[in-house]
Amino acid sequence: MAEFLIGLGLPGWVAWSIAALVAAVLLLNVIAGGALVFIWAERKIAARIQDRLGPTRTGGRFGWLQSLADGIKLLAKEDLMPEGADGLLFRLAPYVSFCASFCAFIALPFAFDVVGQRLNVGVFFVVAVLGLEVFGVILAGYASASKWSLFGAMREAAQVVSYEVPLGMCVVVPVMLAGTMDLVTIGEKQAGWMSSWYLFHDPFTFIIFWVYVTCAVASVNRAPFDLAEAESELVAGFHTEYSGLRWSFFFMAEYGSMFLVSGLAAVLFLGGWNGPVPVARLLGFSDGTGESAAYVVRLVGLANLMGKATLGVLFMMWIRWTLPRLRIDQVMTTCLKYCTPIAAVMFAGAMFWQLFLPGGLFPGWGRPAGEIREGWLEGPGGLPAAASPAEDRSSTVTGGDPVERAGLATRSPR
Amino acid sequence: MPDLIEDDPRIIEFDVRTDEMLVNMGPQHPSTHGVLRLVLRTDGEIVSETEPHIGYLHRCAEKIGENLSPRQWIPYTDRLDYLAAMNMNLGWALTVEKLMRHEVGEKARHLRVLISELNRISSHLVGMGAYGLDLGTFSPFLYAFREREKILDLFEEACGARLTYSYITVGGATADLPPGWLQRCEAFLDQFEPIIKEYHALLTTNAIFVKRTAGIGVLSRAMAIDYGCSGPVLRGSGVDQDMRRDGESLYTGMYDGYAFEVAVQKEGRYPRDHSYPTVPSEAVLGDCWHRFFVRMLEVVQSMDLVRQAIDRYAACPEPLSEPLKLFEKLPVGDAYLETEAPKGQMGFYIVGNGTPIPWRVRARSSSFSNLSVTHELCRGCLIADVPAIVGSLDIVMGEIDR
Repeated sequence: MAEFLIGLGLPGWVAWSIAALVAAVLLLNVIAGGALVFIWAERKIAARIQDRLGPTRTGGRFGWLQSLADGIKLLAKEDLMPEGADGLLFRLAPYVSFCASFCAFIALPFAFDVVGQRLNVGVFFVVAVLGLEVFGVILAGYASASKWSLFGAMREAAQVVSYEVPLGMCVVVPVMLAGTMDLVTIGEKQAGWMSSWYLFHDPFTFIIFWVYVTCAVASVNRAPFDLAEAESELVAGFHTEYSGLRWSFFFMAEYGSMFLVSGLAAVLFLGGWNGPVPVARLLGFSDGTGESAAYVVRLVGLANLMGKATLGVLFMMWIRWTLPRLRIDQVMTTCLKYCTPIAAVMFAGAMFWQLFLPGGLFPGWGRPAGEIREGWLEGPGGLPAAASPAEDRSSTVTGGDPVERAGLATRSPR
Repeated sequence: MPDLIEDDPRIIEFDVRTDEMLVNMGPQHPSTHGVLRLVLRTDGEIVSETEPHIGYLHRCAEKIGENLSPRQWIPYTDRLDYLAAMNMNLGWALTVEKLMRHEVGEKARHLRVLISELNRISSHLVGMGAYGLDLGTFSPFLYAFREREKILDLFEEACGARLTYSYITVGGATADLPPGWLQRCEAFLDQFEPIIKEYHALLTTNAIFVKRTAGIGVLSRAMAIDYGCSGPVLRGSGVDQDMRRDGESLYTGMYDGYAFEVAVQKEGRYPRDHSYPTVPSEAVLGDCWHRFFVRMLEVVQSMDLVRQAIDRYAACPEPLSEPLKLFEKLPVGDAYLETEAPKGQMGFYIVGNGTPIPWRVRARSSSFSNLSVTHELCRGCLIADVPAIVGSLDIVMGEIDR
């Protein structure tokens, strides 16, 4: 997009700023819209799980406008701050949480090259920025002048910091398999049949995926790890004293993070935007099919990734409404005594597998991961491999020329 | 200069010390089952001391009882343990009947068994569901309430009320059961029986549930007896005592001919096999898990009793005995009777002085004694265990504060 604007004659910095703004607004809509949909979905799903109806009237049918109505209610609520609270930090905390959740979306690819900012350290960036979310919670707990909030904040600090360790180990495995931290490349390397997803790469990645799920649920504070806001123990934990819009920012951050870790799981383990069946390739969308086909495939990829991430979120909702909450010492035990050692062993296992069985158990069978990708995206006269990584950093949500952007470090043999 | 010394960073560094923190849990806290206030003295997450404060629901019920005739006080007994109002009605009605040496007919006797055992099921369902809430799982609560609603529908049909029934009264019950009620009750029991498996799957055998409850809040046999605990709390500690079997003959006579086994662990096993889950290896007799499990067993036990009562009630040809007059003169003398309410032994005391109005009325509630062990059980536990322990005692503030 920036190139397009430069082509119109705008100076470079204006073009880049406009492109960045457009990307940011689009991402903000993903989070806000996603939160609206997911909150409504959670209410409906929880209701169904519990033999209730949930919202039925708002918006005509199914209560689909319920979250919007709730949002308006929250806007209109009185803005309360407890006496003795640290005003600045109290006001700041929800935005810190929300910004961290939002910033992590910048590096998350939604389809091939549909990414806010393609980073060569995408995995690192997402995990690091997501870890900042805890600061908002700690600030909220500290600044609320409430003992329950303080308990919630301390729990969150202990829990999230601990779970970063196994979470980091889990995300390192796909990075190792792909040989890059670039999320777009990682996703693209899993193109092809479902068997080339990293989830099915080897037994170790299969197990580590579930470790990742556990750690992801814990690091976004969802039940059964929702200790920071355990309402039967800590009233509402760190957001006890919050009301109105500030409270809703915490909520949006929570749902944003849920979607983010699910999206990350989809990109790292579940083939990203690649469907279980390489439809495009089977249909013969191949060299020279053209740009419009590439856009269609991207849209399908977008739907694929959104679907996978949504399934992840639904999974989190399902376990939230099924399981009791763990105790703080049990949460720590789960992390330090189970998740971390398992992740470490699986990491080593995946490493040795990669070393000794790089083609899988049946080298001739299926499509081994990391070898073949959708060749048609590269176009007949694709860019030389060396030129692409530098180019990729400039891509934004709205893309640029897909054929030019598509260059990857290695080429598929034709 | 003293202020210079205070500014010395080394002193501040060594002055870092941790203090115990006093936290008020309640009276407006989601998991204190009403208006209980627990003052926790905490060191980080560890609770060193718990002090229950009660009295937020005090309504002078006993004093009111000394200004009303016994039948007029029946609605007040509804509000003692409002989750088991039928059992409260029954306890008071039996006490007054004991004072007046009145005996109800056979049909009323079976009706009382039927109704009070049905209420025991609904009370334990609330206890079970709310316990799930205390541990942070929502769905079992609604599954429990779904079934409880059906019991309340049956009660509504019988007496018109869904919570405060005032149905069992001195001399019998206010009305006979409507036609077709027994069939509907049996239909309910038939559809309810398989659902208990769901509860076991979601709670009793759930790994996280077991982790949260097994070995937590162990109430030893001796301590349970010393503190005057009763009901499932006492039986959860392995004390084989149930007023329905061990109480006064006036009360146990009600259960004459009924087959039931007290739900208590004897020699390491619970009575009768209802295809129950096995006791997890982590569970210690007297912990939260056992108290919960005893309640689950009593639900099945009560279902059995309701089935037996339905048969016996239906076999009684005579009409239901009429309740006593509203202002029947009470004889001079006193009477005390303990009945087995769902929460434990519910005792009523009445002193009559020859007028229709009793001279003294007193209620002894099981929740009061059961609550008194919290400070023993919560010593040294984590904050998250406090709701788990208090929830496993299944207290109702209405009967503690009266």
